[in-house]
Amino acid sequence: MTEERDVMEYDVVIVGAGPAGLATAIKLKQLSPDTSVCVLEKASMVGAHSVAGAAIEPGPLDELFPDWRDNPPPVCVDVSKDEFFFMTAKRSIKFPLNPPQMNNHGNYIVSLGAMCAWLGEKAEALEVEIYPGFAAVEALFDDQGAVMGVRVGDMGIDKDGKQKSGYTPGIDIHAKLTILSEGCRGSLSKQLIKHFELDSACDPQTYGIGFKELWQLPQGRVTPGLVQHMFGWPLDNMTYGGASVYHLDNDRVSIVFVVGLDYQDPNLMPFECFQQFKHHPMFEGFFEGGEIVSAGARAINEGGFQSMPKLEMPGAIMVGDAAGMLNMPKLKGIHTAMNSGILAATHYAENKSGEGYHQAFLASSTAKELHAVRNVRPGFRHGMLMGLINAGFETVTGGRTPWTLANHADHSELQKLASYVPPNREYVERTLAPRDRLASQYLAATEHDEDQPVHLKVADTTICSTQCLEEYNNPCTRFCPVGVYEMVEDEEQGGLRLQINASNCVHCKTCDIKDPYQIITWVPPEGGSGPNYQNL
Amino acid sequence: MKILVPVKRVVDYNVRIQVKSDNSGVNLDGVKMSVNPFDEIAVEEALRIKERGEAEEVIAVTIGDSAAQEQLRTVLAMGCDRAILVEAPSDLEPLAVAKTLKALVEKEDAQLVIAGKQAIDDDSGQVAQMLAALLSCAQATFASKIELAGDSAKVTREVDAGLETIEVDLPAVVSADLRLNEPRYVKLPDIMKAKRKPIDTLSLAELGVDGTNQLTVSNWSAPSAREPGIKVEDVAGLVGKLKEKGLL
Ligand SMILES: Cc1cc2nc3c(=O)[nH]c(=O)nc-3n(C[C@H](O)[C@H](O)[C@H](O)COP(=O)(O)OP(=O)(O)OC[C@H]3O[C@@H](n4cnc5c(N)ncnc54)[C@H](O)[C@@H]3O)c2cc1C
Ligand code: SF4
Repeated sequence: MTEERDVMEYDVVIVGAGPAGLATAIKLKQLSPDTSVCVLEKASMVGAHSVAGAAIEPGPLDELFPDWRDNPPPVCVDVSKDEFFFMTAKRSIKFPLNPPQMNNHGNYIVSLGAMCAWLGEKAEALEVEIYPGFAAVEALFDDQGAVMGVRVGDMGIDKDGKQKSGYTPGIDIHAKLTILSEGCRGSLSKQLIKHFELDSACDPQTYGIGFKELWQLPQGRVTPGLVQHMFGWPLDNMTYGGASVYHLDNDRVSIVFVVGLDYQDPNLMPFECFQQFKHHPMFEGFFEGGEIVSAGARAINEGGFQSMPKLEMPGAIMVGDAAGMLNMPKLKGIHTAMNSGILAATHYAENKSGEGYHQAFLASSTAKELHAVRNVRPGFRHGMLMGLINAGFETVTGGRTPWTLANHADHSELQKLASYVPPNREYVERTLAPRDRLASQYLAATEHDEDQPVHLKVADTTICSTQCLEEYNNPCTRFCPVGVYEMVEDEEQGGLRLQINASNCVHCKTCDIKDPYQIITWVPPEGGSGPNYQNL
Repeated sequence: MKILVPVKRVVDYNVRIQVKSDNSGVNLDGVKMSVNPFDEIAVEEALRIKERGEAEEVIAVTIGDSAAQEQLRTVLAMGCDRAILVEAPSDLEPLAVAKTLKALVEKEDAQLVIAGKQAIDDDSGQVAQMLAALLSCAQATFASKIELAGDSAKVTREVDAGLETIEVDLPAVVSADLRLNEPRYVKLPDIMKAKRKPIDTLSLAELGVDGTNQLTVSNWSAPSAREPGIKVEDVAGLVGKLKEKGLL
């Protein structure tokens, strides 16, 4: 069935209004105001799907707006001090010296969501056309097979795939260059990486799942500008991850917890790790009486330099975390995302095409930064201790080691129930909010029209009730941060069957990554669906 | 015929409202704002009437601070012909809102006003009725169906006992209930076109309205948290608990 779709033409279409996409758009307009630029964003407003700590390096902001400090984004606090701790279940041991990557001198604590909204306004002032509430669902190809734009998702299709009364077909956007800035595990980027085999020469990408809560605390508990990093408990030696606590102004604090998705324990529930962490004796009395303003979760790229795919393909390029540009030892991807966007815009302004962008990136300071730390994250594959020793070595040598450690795909790292011996996690009884994943999901203010096709495509659900149940006890019911996947009694056939509560989804992409059989595919739901994060 | 539709910028219905820690109001920092859902239904109805050829122009008006232009752009993208922003404090009381609308109805010579039955932020639900009284014209509240016929309108109303159909002469004020229609999806090219449609800005003074509030809000507080439930083992346990609470 072919139907008439409206077509809009632009010089450049950008998919995703995160820091990468917005920096690209702004720089494009600054360099060549006549370039027509359209930005699509699946969230109902710019910034509503953004999750980050976030301590940011201000370099790219200085480049885009030299006087940005006179009118900073709504949440913006100078980092005054860093602290670094190793946690056991009972104690926290403060390091006398901070690892250099964790040094935030000169950096700022922001809300990425608020910063994106702020950048969005600046972009619109430069006549960038931004369309929140519209997801790009597929790439369009010309006769030569080059990308010539994207298709926007249809609105008004019911859960059985039939058109509802208000059905509105998504339009096609044609552009000379398509720029993918969908962030970590972008759905369109994933399709195109596969289609053009852009990952044929790189390591598999590895990921983490990051949780965040923004707390409003009783007066006098926070130290504005303080950033604390922790690793150790409640994660075991073989599970990579850790926490960061960012002290904001006005008695607010952001707490971030990341669990490497290469974890082995099929019964691990990353959400529980995060909640346990808040109950460490170090925080006794800190959160009590406070209130959570907003909570969210989002996958992050941990693979770094050696997992970056080729950044260009005919008609399109990738910037930011769509290509995995996060600097993991620093837990920072905002400045690298923005820098890659600025570079892409400069490249387009000079060449009127994306060709040669990959080479230009490799020659950039961002590529050098990522290359220097490339061996830190994979060093943790053999446990926390080995990882730290290796990290120290890599830091001292500045990454000039002649080797590059390999990354492995996360879904293949999960061990089977039969062979995995779980460690003693020393979990405690929890008292702080949120009680469970549903209570946390409520704090994400998620919206999905229930009468739309399920946007989590599971290729074969019989595996769930047979092989997966037996081998891994359905890890999707635990790694999803909001409990979208449930095994419920199958009244017709007996036994258990998979139930997908798709309307709870916060678009973190973890299921698409970690499912051991790689049968879950995340596709964008109707535009404007998903979380409505407040200052995350 | 011109139709006037008042629209209000409100906190989106998905947002979990939080009261500020000093109880001075609701925290709006970084919160998603939307067109009041009942107003969106009112806009949709006005557009359908126009599309049936029964009206020439649909004018949207919002009374509030300049941020509310965002909501005007949304309804312009839905299809309203033009929009008016009356600059005023966003906590203007219903009576002042009604007086402002009265001035606009007269200025624009609108024959029909379709308003949402209430705004989901303060739930006042008074503007449509007050406006009809000020205009000394007919009112039809809580409409679930509107049919125009020359100088009158047949309106089906949602009442406790079911549906009531009344006929009112125009000019009239109608307030929209949930089941009146399902608003359309906004199309991307229309959003772009809406950016170029005019928004007129007026002040309360220009319309001769005194915007001083007559009420003082003394305190805001969140509903008290519900106590966690308990699980009982069996029927005997349930009966025991109910007795304990004096409910049996
Ligand atoms: C818990 C956590 C803490 C972090 N802390 C820090 C920190 O302290 N400092 C730091 O620098 N970095 C931090 N990061 C990393 C940082 O958030 C990312 O590196 C950065 O946001 C990447 O920017 P991006 O623009 O590439 O992608 P994103 O920020 O992910 O933006 C992508 C945008 O595209 C939209 N989108 C995706 N697909 C589509 C589609 N198909 N159609 C339309 N729109 C689409 C998304 O909704 C989103 O708005 C953290 C990340 C997490 C998860
Ligand atoms: S369903 Fe998948 S993408 Fe959605 S919240 Fe759960 S893990 Fe994340």
